[in-house]
Amino acid sequence: MSQPLLAICGLRAAYGKIEALKGVDLVIRPGEIVTLIGANGAGKSTLMMTIFGRPRAKAGSIAFDGRDITGMATHEIARLRIAQSPEGRRIFPRMSVAENLQMGADATDSVGSDRAASLDRVLTLFPRLKERMNQRGGTLSGGEQQMLAIGRALMGRPRLLMLDEPSLGLAPLIARQIFDAIRKLNREDGLTVLVVEQNANHALRLAHRGYVMVNGLITLSGTGAELLAQPEIRAAYLEGGRQT
Amino acid sequence: MAAPASTQHTVARDPAIVFILKKSVISAFVALILFSLMVGVRTFPGETGQLTYTTRFGELASIVAIVFGGSIVLELLRRWIGPVGGIELPATVRHVVSTLGRLLAPALLIFALLVPVIFYNQRYLLDLSILVLTYVMLGWGLNIVVGLAGLLDLGYVAFYAVGAYSYALLAQSGLPLPYFISTYPFVAVDFLQLGAWAFWVLLPISGLLAACWGVMLGFPVLRLRGDYLAIVTLAFGEIIRLVIINWQDLTGGPNGISGIPRPTFFGIPLTPGENGFAALIGVPFSPTHRLVFLFYLILALALLTNWVTIRLRRLPIGRAWEAMREDEVACRALGINITTTKLSAFAIGAMFGGFAGAFFATRQGFISPESFTFQESALVLAIVVLGGMGSQLGVALAAIAMIGGFELFRGLDQFRMLVFGGVMVLLMIWRPRGLIGHRSPTVFLEHNRAISSDVVKEGQG
Repeated sequence: MSQPLLAICGLRAAYGKIEALKGVDLVIRPGEIVTLIGANGAGKSTLMMTIFGRPRAKAGSIAFDGRDITGMATHEIARLRIAQSPEGRRIFPRMSVAENLQMGADATDSVGSDRAASLDRVLTLFPRLKERMNQRGGTLSGGEQQMLAIGRALMGRPRLLMLDEPSLGLAPLIARQIFDAIRKLNREDGLTVLVVEQNANHALRLAHRGYVMVNGLITLSGTGAELLAQPEIRAAYLEGGRQT
Repeated sequence: MAAPASTQHTVARDPAIVFILKKSVISAFVALILFSLMVGVRTFPGETGQLTYTTRFGELASIVAIVFGGSIVLELLRRWIGPVGGIELPATVRHVVSTLGRLLAPALLIFALLVPVIFYNQRYLLDLSILVLTYVMLGWGLNIVVGLAGLLDLGYVAFYAVGAYSYALLAQSGLPLPYFISTYPFVAVDFLQLGAWAFWVLLPISGLLAACWGVMLGFPVLRLRGDYLAIVTLAFGEIIRLVIINWQDLTGGPNGISGIPRPTFFGIPLTPGENGFAALIGVPFSPTHRLVFLFYLILALALLTNWVTIRLRRLPIGRAWEAMREDEVACRALGINITTTKLSAFAIGAMFGGFAGAFFATRQGFISPESFTFQESALVLAIVVLGGMGSQLGVALAAIAMIGGFELFRGLDQFRMLVFGGVMVLLMIWRPRGLIGHRSPTVFLEHNRAISSDVVKEGQG
C-alpha cells in the first residue's frame, strides 16, 4: 500500500464543551475518492473543518503527505494545496464568476501560468461557467453555484479536494452532473477527493471507499460496494432516507 | 355591452379613490398627532415666571391640510408614473444617459482641476471646495474599511485626529531622534527641527502613525463582526478624543494646539516675505496663493487615495477585502488569511485618515478636540453609505452633495438637519444601495461582454 495522503489518528474536536469528534481515525490514499456519510450532526462537516485547521484539534493528529498539520493555521494548510468547498457553497454573490475563481487561486502561491492552466481545466469541466464569466455569482442557479464553488476550490490546484455536501439542494439531474465531474477529476487528473455527503446512495457509488460516522465516531468503513450492501447502511441511510 | 363596461369602469375606479382618500386621511391624522404639540401649542414663561401658552390652531390646520393635499398629489403622481417598473425610457435616451454616466468621472476631475482658475476671486468657494475635497478624501479612506472590507467603523475620526495631532505636535517639537549614549540611561532624544519642510516630512509620518493606530484597533476586533464591531469602533473614537481632551500636558486639552506650521511649496513658504513664493516667481503676494496651493494639495492627496484604492482592488489583497465583505466563512474555507486581510484594511484606511488629518491641521493652523467628535465619523460614514458602498465616484458625489448641501442650507440653520434626514430617508427608499450601487468587476478573463443590467440587477445579488 502506498503512503496515505491524509492520515487522521484519534482526532478529537469540540465546540466549547460539546465534543463533536470523539476520536476519529481515517485514511485517504493518493488518487482515492473517499466519502464520509452520516446523519445530521454526526460531525462530518466538523471533521472536514478540523482537517482545515478550524476548529482546532483537541487531541489526536492529522498528517498530510507525511507531514503533521495538526494545529496549523488555516491559511498555512491551504498553502499545502488542500482545498475545500464548504457546506452551502458560499460563493461570493456580488463578485463576478471570474473574480470568484480568482479568489480560489489567491490563497495559494500559484503563479500566473498555473492560474491560466487551472482556469482552463475548470472551464472544460464546467463549460456552463464560461458563459457566465462576467456575471455576478449571486445570479447563478444553485447547480451553477455548486460548479463555481468546486471550480473555485480547484483553482489552487489542490492535491486533496474536500467537498462538503456538493449535492445539497440540487435537482437529481444536476447532482448527477456534479458527481460525474468529481469522478472525471479523479480519473483524468488523479485528484484525491474527500466527499462529505448525506446522499449516501450517490456518494457510495462514486467513492472507492467510505466511512460512516455516528455521533462523532467512525462506526463502519469499507469499499463503496461493501457499504452499499450492508443491511444497517441500507436501513439507516438508503431506504429510510432520501431516495434518488 | 356599454352598460357592463361602464359599471366595470366605476368599480375599478371607486376603490382607487377610496384608497387614496383613506391613505391621505391617515397621513393627515398622523400629522395632526405629530404637530399638535409641536406647532399647535406654544409655551413661554409668563410675567411672574409661570408657564403660559397660546394655541396656534390655524397653523396646525394648514399643516394638516398640506399633508392631506400633498399625499393625494403624491399618490396621483405615483399612479400616473405607473407601476413599480417606473418610466420606460426609449433606447436613445438610455444610451445618452449611459454615455453621460461614463463621462461623469472625467468631467468631474477636469472641473476639479479648474476650480481654482474659475473661482480664483471667490475665497469662500475655494475654501468650501477644499472642505469638500477633505471629505471626499476621508470618504475614500473610510470606503476601504467599510465599502470594500465591509468592516463597519464608527470611529474613523480617531485616525483623522491621530493624523492631525501627530502633525501638529511633531511640527512644533521637531522630530524626536533617539541616539545611544555611553552613560545611563543609554538612550537620549534629540529633536530635529524641520523648518520649512515640516509638512512634507511629517505627512507620511502622520499617515504611518495613524496606520499603527488602525492596527491597534484592528487586533482586539479581529473576532467581532457587524454590530459588535461598530460598538467597539465607536468607543475607540471616543477614547482617542477623551485622551486628547485629558492629556493636557501634551495636547493642550480642550484649548487645542495653535500656531501649527503652514505648508510650504516644497520648502518655499507661501508668505509675503522676501523669500516667499510670490516674490520668487515675481508676482505680487496674495493670500489666495495659499488657498490655491492647499486646494491642489488636498486634490492630489484625494486622488492618491483613489488611485491606491483602485490599484489595490485589482490585487489579491483588495479582492480578499471584497470577498471578506461578502462572506468571511467562505474566505476562511479558501484559506485566506483573515487576520492580515482585516488588519491591512484597517491600517490602510487609517493611513489615509491620517493624511487627511495632517492636511486638516496644516490648513487650519489650529486644532482642538472639538473637530474630532462622533458627528464627523457619522458624516463620513453617511457619505460612504449614500455614495454606494465601494463606489469611488459615488462617494465623491455624496461628499459634494452632503458638504455642499450643508453650506447651501446654512441660512436655514435650524432646518438643515431636517432636510438632511429627509433626504437620507428618501435616498434609502429609492436607492437602497447608494447613489452608485453598481459594482464593476475587476477581473476580466474573457472578453468583457456587456451583460444586460436587468439580469444582474439587485434582487438576486
